Amino acid sequence: MDHSTTGGGASTVAGSRAATSDEEGVKTVSTIPTETVQPGKASLFYDPKIRGYVYQFALLAVVGFLIWSAASNAIENLRAQKIASGFGFWHNAAGFDVNQKLIPFSASGSTYGQAFYVGLLNTLLVASIGIVLSTFLGFFVGVSRLSSNWVLSKLAMIYVEVIRNLPLLLQLFFWYNAVLKPLPDARNSIALPGSIYLNNRGLIMPNPQFGPAFQAVVIAFFLAVVLAIAFYIWSKKQQERTGTQYPNGSITFGLILGLPLLTYFIAGQPLSFDLPQQGRFNLTGGLQIYPEFVALLIGLTTYTAGFIAEVVRAGILAVSRGQTEAANALGLRAGPTLKLVVIPQAMRVIIPPLTSNYLNLTKNSSLAVAIGYPDLVQVFTGTVLNQTGQAVEVVAITMAVYLTISLVTSLFMNIYNKRMALVER
Amino acid sequence: MGETFMKKLLTAAIAGLGLALTATAVSAQAPSTLAQVKQRAMVNCGSNTGLAGFGVPDAQGNWVGLDVEYCRAVAAAIFNDPAKVKFIPLSAKDRFTALQSGEVDLLVRNSTWTMTRDAALGIVFTGVNYYDGQGFMVRKKLGVTSALQLSGASVCTQQGTTTELNLADFFRANNLKYEVVAFASSDETVKAYDAGRCDAFTTDASGLYAERLKLTTPDDHMVLPEIISKEPLGPSVRNNDPQWFNLVKWVHFAMINAEELGVTKANVDEMLKSPNPEIKRLLGTEGKFGETIGLTTDWVYRIIKHVGNYGESFEKNVGQGSLLKIARGQNGLWTKGGLQYAPPVR
Repeated sequence: MDHSTTGGGASTVAGSRAATSDEEGVKTVSTIPTETVQPGKASLFYDPKIRGYVYQFALLAVVGFLIWSAASNAIENLRAQKIASGFGFWHNAAGFDVNQKLIPFSASGSTYGQAFYVGLLNTLLVASIGIVLSTFLGFFVGVSRLSSNWVLSKLAMIYVEVIRNLPLLLQLFFWYNAVLKPLPDARNSIALPGSIYLNNRGLIMPNPQFGPAFQAVVIAFFLAVVLAIAFYIWSKKQQERTGTQYPNGSITFGLILGLPLLTYFIAGQPLSFDLPQQGRFNLTGGLQIYPEFVALLIGLTTYTAGFIAEVVRAGILAVSRGQTEAANALGLRAGPTLKLVVIPQAMRVIIPPLTSNYLNLTKNSSLAVAIGYPDLVQVFTGTVLNQTGQAVEVVAITMAVYLTISLVTSLFMNIYNKRMALVER
Repeated sequence: MGETFMKKLLTAAIAGLGLALTATAVSAQAPSTLAQVKQRAMVNCGSNTGLAGFGVPDAQGNWVGLDVEYCRAVAAAIFNDPAKVKFIPLSAKDRFTALQSGEVDLLVRNSTWTMTRDAALGIVFTGVNYYDGQGFMVRKKLGVTSALQLSGASVCTQQGTTTELNLADFFRANNLKYEVVAFASSDETVKAYDAGRCDAFTTDASGLYAERLKLTTPDDHMVLPEIISKEPLGPSVRNNDPQWFNLVKWVHFAMINAEELGVTKANVDEMLKSPNPEIKRLLGTEGKFGETIGLTTDWVYRIIKHVGNYGESFEKNVGQGSLLKIARGQNGLWTKGGLQYAPPVR
């Protein structure tokens, strides 16, 4: 399922490339006979270039006509069936509630449009965290599979084979039940240190309340990041000039952690916590992480990591063994060899398929609907569609959103890919 | 020929583009639903995915229930054969889209009649075959005796339902806090409640009793006394075919009139000889009322012979003859203090 979609994308790219090369082919063919045979001025009708344009224009016109007629047909039929159409519902009151929301949303006064944003943000939240986690896990498993440690490499192999060969929906059901079932009910929560509680309603932890002076800490953090980058650039230049190496890692760490911490204490600790309290049914207050979110995140991360691991393994294997041997001959240890020689070259092979795995993860997050996580599909294509009955509009909007997310992800990955690509002259 | 080819090309292209998925299925000048049904020799009936008493396949795989028998009555009236029904199980979320797109001819699936659904969805409700209201189920060990004590509770519900909206209304109106957990299918909802994800489970009261049977230990759970909404449940059809609308509507009225006049599955053959003019008109021994809605004159005889009257169907599926043991209450005849009332056949 996942591969066919990305494969489709790849084939269109290949197709367009083939088309351009065809055009070039046509050009050369067209120039040769005119020089040798000289048949006089050919009529426009036989000019392959003009013909090409005419065909392309005709194709475009047919596609445009089909889209237009499909759309107008849909509108006409909706009217004939007396089904409401248009996007007026966007501002109508929604009247339902959603549990996990990153922006304020309630049954009193919120609109279907706001419900859309609630769902969209939940989708982006689980997708972005999932992408980061699955990348780390995938790289770890992929590298482990090539490890000389027999147990580690076999474990990685088993992980990949099991995860990749089970349907994701099944895995989500597994995680949802695996997360929910063993946990105690809300009245017998497991108390973890630091006022953190775990029960079958999720993970409830102290909710940080930021005082106004907390802004200073945030500013200090960004200042530290800028300083760390500046120091890094300076130390690189210094190393290139003199050969002296600076302890980059620990200085960056010290800056980014130390400066905000110092500011925090100077500003008088402008941070308090809203602690969870035992209520009648559940703990009230605090910050709650819902089990649906956890199950979906684990499911998506482990599943996608299985694919990323194989991508990483393929990338590393694509780097010629001679490179490692050369690095060893230069006296580099195993760590720096991997970091400085193998991975940078492997990245060129890894990034394009990695992109499609990111896209798959984002699209697969719509399976949230099965376990009750309020993502875009669950809230918008589920509840909103059903309450308004406007299937065509709601589904069209949802498709446009996924398309946009996917294209933006691709765009950034392509930019990154260009930076990593081998510079050829 | 050119025109038909263009049309074919167009249809294929539209299907290929995957656009206007729901709308293209029915063209503007659709043939009448009854004609389609007769040609197919089958009524396509949108049914519940499995709700005891209303629509559920039994151990042999036969569909049974109050809503299911409504569809069987429609088939009996048209074909004189209650088996000519294809049941298409639909989740709450997909049901109206399936009706709009023509996948089903009628939807009899515990659907609440509301103004929005009548006005904006291109569908129309034909009547009320079960008067219901929304309630809550909780674990007995919580010690809750009223829905007003549910402040701070998390509540499992099925999404895309009026239940979801009433729930929000109830907690808002009473200024109580709650957390909603919404699932796409009723099975998932019940499973999550059973697993302890929620303190309370909410749906129509009839559904609560039916779903309680699915829990691991039904006796550990109780239904709270409050009914927080009006849920008139009934069949719906597309809003573009008045003949079909009338047919589906009058099948229900026929079953109620039969009960009112004492016509039952057992005595319907004798009743054909009844001198009572109302019974004569109902069973078609006098007048040709069935033909006015595209059926034969003996349409009610067929319904009663194969399915029975409303009271019989009720008792068998949700009443004393069933596991649910729901009292007639609001669903009794108007002559007995209930709300079921049918216009006369004349």
